[in-house]
Amino acid sequence: MLKLFHREKNKRERMPQGNREILVITYVFIAAFLSLIFYLLYFTQFVGHDLINNPYNKRQDLYAKRVTRGDILSRDGEILATTLTDENGMEVRTYPYGNLFAHAVGFSTHGRTGVESFENFNLLTSDVYIGERIANDFAGEKSPGNKVVTTFDLYMQQVADVSLGDRRGAVIATDVKTGEILVLLSKPDFDPNTIRLRWDEINADSDRSALLNRVSMGLYPPGSTFKVVTALAYMKEHADTDDYSFDCNGSFTYQGNRINCFHGQHHGTVDFHTSFAKSCNSSFANIATTLNKRSFTTVCNDLLFNNRLPCPYSYKQSVVTMNAGSNIADVMQTAIGQGKTQITPFHMNLITQAIANNGVMMRPYAVSGIYTAYDDPVEETGQEEFTRLLQVKYAKKMQEMMEEVVTEGTGSKVRDTYGYKAAGKTGSAEYSADKGRSHAWFTGFAGVDEPEIAVTVLVEDGGSGGEVAVPIAKNVFDAYFGSRQ
Amino acid sequence: METIIIALSKYLIILFMLAYTFECFSVFRHKHEEGRKRIYIRQNIWMFFMQSVAYLALLLTERDLSILLFYFLQLLIMVAVIVLYHILYPRANRLILNNMCMLLSVGFIILTRLSRERALRQFSICAFTLALCMFVPYFFRRFRYFDKMAWVFAGFGIASLSLVLVFSRVINGSKLNISLFGITFQPSEFIKITFAFAIAGLLYSAVSLKQVLISGCVAGLHVLILVLSKDLGSAVLYFVAYFAILYVATRKLYYYLLGFAGGFVASVAGYFLFSHVRTRVTAWRDPIATIETAGYQVSQSLFAIGTGSWFGTGLSQGLPRSIPVVEADFIFAAICEELGVIFGLCLILICASCFVMFMNVAMRFHDPFYKLLAVGLSTMYAFQVFLTIGGVTKLIPLTGVTLPLISYGGSSVMVSLILFSLIQGMYISYRDENHTHPA
Repeated sequence: MLKLFHREKNKRERMPQGNREILVITYVFIAAFLSLIFYLLYFTQFVGHDLINNPYNKRQDLYAKRVTRGDILSRDGEILATTLTDENGMEVRTYPYGNLFAHAVGFSTHGRTGVESFENFNLLTSDVYIGERIANDFAGEKSPGNKVVTTFDLYMQQVADVSLGDRRGAVIATDVKTGEILVLLSKPDFDPNTIRLRWDEINADSDRSALLNRVSMGLYPPGSTFKVVTALAYMKEHADTDDYSFDCNGSFTYQGNRINCFHGQHHGTVDFHTSFAKSCNSSFANIATTLNKRSFTTVCNDLLFNNRLPCPYSYKQSVVTMNAGSNIADVMQTAIGQGKTQITPFHMNLITQAIANNGVMMRPYAVSGIYTAYDDPVEETGQEEFTRLLQVKYAKKMQEMMEEVVTEGTGSKVRDTYGYKAAGKTGSAEYSADKGRSHAWFTGFAGVDEPEIAVTVLVEDGGSGGEVAVPIAKNVFDAYFGSRQ
Repeated sequence: METIIIALSKYLIILFMLAYTFECFSVFRHKHEEGRKRIYIRQNIWMFFMQSVAYLALLLTERDLSILLFYFLQLLIMVAVIVLYHILYPRANRLILNNMCMLLSVGFIILTRLSRERALRQFSICAFTLALCMFVPYFFRRFRYFDKMAWVFAGFGIASLSLVLVFSRVINGSKLNISLFGITFQPSEFIKITFAFAIAGLLYSAVSLKQVLISGCVAGLHVLILVLSKDLGSAVLYFVAYFAILYVATRKLYYYLLGFAGGFVASVAGYFLFSHVRTRVTAWRDPIATIETAGYQVSQSLFAIGTGSWFGTGLSQGLPRSIPVVEADFIFAAICEELGVIFGLCLILICASCFVMFMNVAMRFHDPFYKLLAVGLSTMYAFQVFLTIGGVTKLIPLTGVTLPLISYGGSSVMVSLILFSLIQGMYISYRDENHTHPA
């Protein structure tokens, strides 16, 4: 086609004026057409597949007519969800572990949640050999859908489940090197096998809120676990933290604003490290008065407060309302994780994971790969650095301080461990006018030589983080390192 | 048996479309129109095959006998157009003719799938216009005073667009339509043609600075009125066509570059001046993030294309109706969803081959007026294709223009048919004058 133009170009002496210009325009438009074509090729090959896996895409249900929904497996190949077909062709989605993965795997029998929701498209796509699919097409039979292999560890999930028991709360464990989500547990839960029948009853019980995935949707005051953030802000402003010292007599008052230590404890003379290890509220309120509000706010935002998170599940953004114009009372409350600050256990785990991984946050993921019904790989999820949350030196220093929480402070219940070393931060977050009641928090990491796994535990109305949340985390650590020996 | 036919039809339609598209470009290997005849006949065969298979699939899935009737009506009119052209205008360009029929057929197939009522309405408008357009080449050859009528066209264009601006009601934020004797028109479609005549008429004889400024004012007025009516898609098309004509008329590259620069400045200004432009840019940057508001249309369009993937879902097997205004601005998404992206790519190539042929026609003319006219009409056509397909695939922000000859819309399809016929008329008169040594 272009040859035609060139031929005419060579005879230009005889050709009408303006043809060179017409050629230029033609080439520009051909380039525009080519860009359409290449973009569409690129879109179909690389973008479309991921994009259409969206709950707003109503087309997904059409696939169910031609494909039998695939299985969901744990990391070690145990079936977490499968579709059974009876002799009449009736399909029943079955969850062999009942309540255990109610939030992690979710359900697809009354709307969709969890893995069942965000992998819906892959589960309803069949990538078996094209000949078989066309043969099924012609025979009017369904093709088997793809299998989704998750990163969940069945044993660890079971241990977390037993440890949390009947209490309300959330447990999440991630691999700090890869971002794999090993445990995702939220209670109260429900049995996804019967969710369809009991929907109205479960949905109506707003006190239990069993359908709420507390890991990513539950916003809680962080309490003392937020001191990680405050300590980071202080480190950034003070190159040398060693000359910090504070006399704690159970409370701290500044410009008429009074902050008490947990249960009015007197911590005596504390330095920066012991303030953190013993979780001294008074000392941190004192630190807050020295902080530059603007840079404190920046530290929060850098740690993804008030920001979007890389989360495959539906989630809420964590909230810090403090800003450069806040009054000192707000800053003091924020520094000890009270006031209007709210965070999800998921986000807390992300921050912990980044600290343990020397500052780099890995993109968390719950699905390691998609396979055909005959186990041929379709797509494998690789680990991916999401962003650097903090500099190496701050991460290392924070690791050290979190170790001291376990060796010398409030995290003592995870001190005597076999074969690995743990670190973390506890929290007991007041959530109502009743100062005697608090949510129990622990967020921390553990490893043999260097950090391997980050665990975050929240027990609603659990009381003391050190007493209640830490033992649950210890069980999860034990399960992780125990099963690897 | 039925399932087999429905499943098979999906692949057959793609196969026939591929064969047709391949022939579109293989004609360029032959120097002379005479040598291309066999190819043109093959193209017609592929087209009729595709149409038959598609309507069979539609008949089986929709279970409506009126589809059969509709199919025969279309067959009749397509055969009539091809045969009549053959008899009346043996020197017509068969590639342009075939492409016109093919694009119309694709439009009818997908419209029948989306809404039979609308397909029928579109069909009646097409039949009427096609009959009318039979006379266009003839008229075009006889009536040779178009080049003297620049001011008539310019005045008519500006007056019509102003009427729309003043009297039209606002629909979806824009003023587009005007009703006359119970029929609703979209004047900005028709004025495209008179605009090309006007600008070509103003610039073909003299390109002094004065003449350039005069033409610039005329074009600027058209564009300004369209911008005020918030018909930005049309405004962009007029703008592009003007600079293409200006560049060919003056043969000064800096006018062309000025056009690009001006377009850039105007886009930025539009972004800051108009909230609906900002909304569309937001929707373009991340439609999924704004899926509940501005990004809904584009997201649904991308879902359709992505779900359809290479081979499509098959006719009547997808959910194209979940895209708002699917039969007009978003018809390309519906085509990709049900007939497949491969089919969509073929469609782009067919449009490209139309454009290349149009420009080819423009290059043959010695007469500067017809040359400029052809350039104006061709660039308008090509840019409209680019805007609409680029918009629904999220390559560029959405401008809300139709896909010529395929989208639902009476004014749009009428003007597209007239545009094709005008180029055909120019080609025929060129060949009549040079028939001793055909190109």
